[in-house]
Amino acid sequence: MSAFTVRTEHGIGWLELDLPDEPVNKMTRGVREELGSWLDRLGADGDVRSIVLISRKPGSFIAGADIDEFLALRSRDEAHALVRSGQELVGRLGRLGKPVVAAIHGACLGGGLEAALACTYRIATDDAKTRIGLPEVQLGIIPAAGGCQRLPRLIGVRNALDMILAGKQLPARRAFRKGIVDEVVHPAILERVASETAERLAGGWRPKRRNIALAQLALDRNPLGRRVVYAAARKQLQKKTGGHYPAPAAALRAVEHGLKHGEDAGLDIEATLFAELAVGDVSRNLVRIFFATTALKKDWGIAGEPPAPKPVANIGVVGAGFMGAAIGGVAVSQGGVDVRLKDRDVASVGRGLAMARGVLRDRRKRGRISTYEYRRLEPLLSGSASWQGFRRADVVVEAVFEELAVKHAVLGELEQHVRDDCVIASNTSTIPIAQIAQVLSHPERMLGMHFFSPVEKMPLLEVIVTDKTAAWATVTAVAFGRELGKTVIVVRDEPGFWVNRILAPYLNEAGRLLEEGVTVEAIDRAMTRFGFPVGPVTLLDEVGLDVAQKASIVLFEAFGDRLKPTPGIERLIEDGRLGRKNGRGFYAYEQGKRRDVDQTAYEIIGAMPDSQVPREDVDARLVFAMLNEAARALDEHVIRTPRDGDIGAVFGIGFPAFRGGPLRYLSELGVRHAVETLEELAQKYGDRFAPCVRLTRMAAGDQSFYPRP
Amino acid sequence: MPQVHQDGPRVAVVAGCRSPFCKAGTVLKDVSAVDLARYTVVELVHRANLAGKEVDEIYFGQVVPSALVPNIAREVSLLPQFPATIPAASVNRACASANAAIVLGHDQIRLGHASVIIAGGAESLSDVPIQHSKRFSELLVGLSKAKNNRQRLRLLAGFRPKDLVPVSPAIAEPSTGETMGQSAEKMAKVNGISRRAQDEFALRSHQLAHAGAEDGRLVMEIAPFFPSSGEPITSDNGIRAKTSLDEMAKLKPVFDRRHGTVTAANASPLTDGAAAVLLMSEDAAKALGHEPLAFIRSYAVAALDPSDQLLMGPAYAVPRALDRAGIAWSDLGLVEMHEAFASQVLSNIQAFESAQWAEEKLGRSGAVGAVDWDTLNVMGGSIALGHPFGATGARITLTLANEMQRRGTQFGLISVCAQGGMGFAMVLERP
Repeated sequence: MSAFTVRTEHGIGWLELDLPDEPVNKMTRGVREELGSWLDRLGADGDVRSIVLISRKPGSFIAGADIDEFLALRSRDEAHALVRSGQELVGRLGRLGKPVVAAIHGACLGGGLEAALACTYRIATDDAKTRIGLPEVQLGIIPAAGGCQRLPRLIGVRNALDMILAGKQLPARRAFRKGIVDEVVHPAILERVASETAERLAGGWRPKRRNIALAQLALDRNPLGRRVVYAAARKQLQKKTGGHYPAPAAALRAVEHGLKHGEDAGLDIEATLFAELAVGDVSRNLVRIFFATTALKKDWGIAGEPPAPKPVANIGVVGAGFMGAAIGGVAVSQGGVDVRLKDRDVASVGRGLAMARGVLRDRRKRGRISTYEYRRLEPLLSGSASWQGFRRADVVVEAVFEELAVKHAVLGELEQHVRDDCVIASNTSTIPIAQIAQVLSHPERMLGMHFFSPVEKMPLLEVIVTDKTAAWATVTAVAFGRELGKTVIVVRDEPGFWVNRILAPYLNEAGRLLEEGVTVEAIDRAMTRFGFPVGPVTLLDEVGLDVAQKASIVLFEAFGDRLKPTPGIERLIEDGRLGRKNGRGFYAYEQGKRRDVDQTAYEIIGAMPDSQVPREDVDARLVFAMLNEAARALDEHVIRTPRDGDIGAVFGIGFPAFRGGPLRYLSELGVRHAVETLEELAQKYGDRFAPCVRLTRMAAGDQSFYPRP
Repeated sequence: MPQVHQDGPRVAVVAGCRSPFCKAGTVLKDVSAVDLARYTVVELVHRANLAGKEVDEIYFGQVVPSALVPNIAREVSLLPQFPATIPAASVNRACASANAAIVLGHDQIRLGHASVIIAGGAESLSDVPIQHSKRFSELLVGLSKAKNNRQRLRLLAGFRPKDLVPVSPAIAEPSTGETMGQSAEKMAKVNGISRRAQDEFALRSHQLAHAGAEDGRLVMEIAPFFPSSGEPITSDNGIRAKTSLDEMAKLKPVFDRRHGTVTAANASPLTDGAAAVLLMSEDAAKALGHEPLAFIRSYAVAALDPSDQLLMGPAYAVPRALDRAGIAWSDLGLVEMHEAFASQVLSNIQAFESAQWAEEKLGRSGAVGAVDWDTLNVMGGSIALGHPFGATGARITLTLANEMQRRGTQFGLISVCAQGGMGFAMVLERP
């Protein structure tokens, strides 16, 4: 079946794309070949005076390249050849000698936008589905079908870098304001306007591009000004990527080179850089994570045929504290569900509602929702000190104090006020769900929904299921989590679940290193160098020392000495240091702003910052503590697949994405090598590093967590 | 008298709630009437465990609508809790607007057009529309129509600074120019209602309201308002628990400084608030699992010449409603009268109790009925609680229905006086 339907009407050639058997249009090999031959034919056809490129796929213009093709690339040369052919094809759009109109409705991303940029005129629909951008860097590659050349020439260097380096996607109106598209129209008249424009273009009319802001031109138009822009961008990139992600810097180079030496030279370097990146580990891992996230959207986390999830229109949140309020706010702003907050007294409810509204207000401030949408959504937040309204709830999230007795009291009451088909979810981060469910007469509806703080920013949700949890409850929670924009992994009800389980030994190890006299800075720097967004000591401050310690103790009680917390943290808590939230932790804080390390913390721990631990050992101890526990938890079926575990670690604790996650990283290191390292560490630093059974078994059989390429 | 048709389903008052009633210019001053109405209905939806799609239509009363939101009911029915397909209408029968909304809902259910209705009312007297002067509006319209600068200049030349003085709405009768207070003052004089009697009635209102708030009966009707910052507002702020006759006696009369008796203490204050009730056909209530608080047995509206005693409407409406209900005053177990002014309540009571008045004005023999003070406004009324014009009718309906349920009262009466010389009455019944 062909992807293009082509017809000629009144001298206009209509290229209509609808890639068969796919939800979205992509620049697959087949699409490229067809497009190439159609361009040849239409170019040669004397009756055709202008061309319209349009999609017949609902809600999708061209969503980008076919990413499967990237993974299949074996060598740099192959990648180079691929990108060259893409450049040639896109270039042909501009060299036909006939004007081409891009009529854009739906996602116009990556290669789709690059094709549109080569057209003579771009019309986009004013529709929520229309998104315009070059997200390539998010997959560790760069726009290489001329995107790094045409975009800066169209909208100026600064605007272009702004889009390309962050992989931004813009709604149609913003794209119009930036000058990326020439016109924004209602979807109902897209075709008519495209046809009329094609007609005018055929008659020799050409659009006058709007002037880009003067200040922009002043900086952009002269080499000196551009140099300032490049330098600023480079500096910002280094700060943002820590040097771990090469793609944005490569894109910057491609833009700079092209503007200095001309478009052809620019295309050359685009191709070279793309080829290098596409077969590199960083891009490979980012692409894998992209695929894993996509796969998770279709995975309901249960064996066998999943039942249909129940629709979730109303939720209750018990406990209007920090987490409860944030969950409520996100449920309204992302999911548009009706949220009822309940707490002990009206004053607490009021504080919770104010916090939840804050999430919504923040979205309005960022321009994600309009003032009208804000006004429409805001009444979805209500609250009460009574259970009134809970009979409406399809899901109730419990977010009360982390104490089993408290949770039991609350859930016992709650169950009297909800329908039998209401899913009850606990947001506990430490207490086993099965224990919480003991008080319920219907424990099959209970599960964990472990959100991460700050809820509005953290992309992960752990749905924790017990032996009793019913399939309908699981799929309902998973679907609801997705509605809130979360990537959901289904985790078995074991102490610490997945994320806190692998986090505990890592944080404990940080505590040990501190007690052995390694400085806070050295520990944090070691892990940011490794690629974590923040180091473990900073993480402790952010999470709250008391919260972390609570989780740590639960895990120690469950697993014994291997996960024994360090006494230093306890002493800090006794000293009233809870981390950022009370302005005192390992670091000092001033009006919510973090300052330097608080030197008095060492004294309380009872350590002198005069470490003899070698730097490599600091790195290894922290990382391998986590890797070993990850393998062990996988072996205990805490997670269902290595994929879930890696996604959980990357999205839940910021495990470096370019390393693919702990289990992917173990595979890339080689399990045998990892076992050797662990044995060395065990000898030097104690039994807690003894490689887990799973790893030794795998090492013996020379196995890997993922199929080897 | 025309026959009252009694076929069609009985209409139940199933639930309701209201905002705290707060004096204008105080804690709710930044909240528009629409927002008051919307949050009150959201709370009602939760309290009644209602699914939005069960609601057939929404009616809301408002007396002084904002120029920006002429149909407040539609803004309520566009709440995200409801499908966008629920029609809505706003009504104005002055201080009986919420009653008019309830009656509209009642009639739609009786006609079989609807089975679940939300009816209520809202008013923000902190947020009344202030208009530009007529001359200034004309200038603005003229400027927008002007074709060239010469015309514009000519128009501007006619501008005088005093044109900028805004016109704020007074609570005065458009037909007579008499303000509400002047009418109440007139009624006190004509009917011989003393200052002392008025103050005593006001004191009673405050004391009973205070008791009702203390024992929770009033508070349970209130949906706490959660402002974007600061403490939640959970109670009415007009009730004076500690006021006394001596204190009230110190106040100067407002409308007739020399011979007057109506003071700020024996009149209802300007108030912000909203209230709503949930109405259902008897069958719908059963099907959806609601225990009705009370049923609507009958209602009646009357009007008289505004240049006469403006606020005597209830004296005409009440006997009509009783007749339509087929009951006598003596069958009433509870009576809720809207307290616009103490003099107005006492004048109407005087009329109810007077055989002569009944004969002269109604052409009937024997008084309408004698008031049993133990069953009248048992939790106070508008003098203490406040009077958001559009909302009061729903507040009274809700309070009466709740109290009838508590006491197991068979018949209860509502009476509301309204601007324009109108009166409204409704009889509720149980079970």
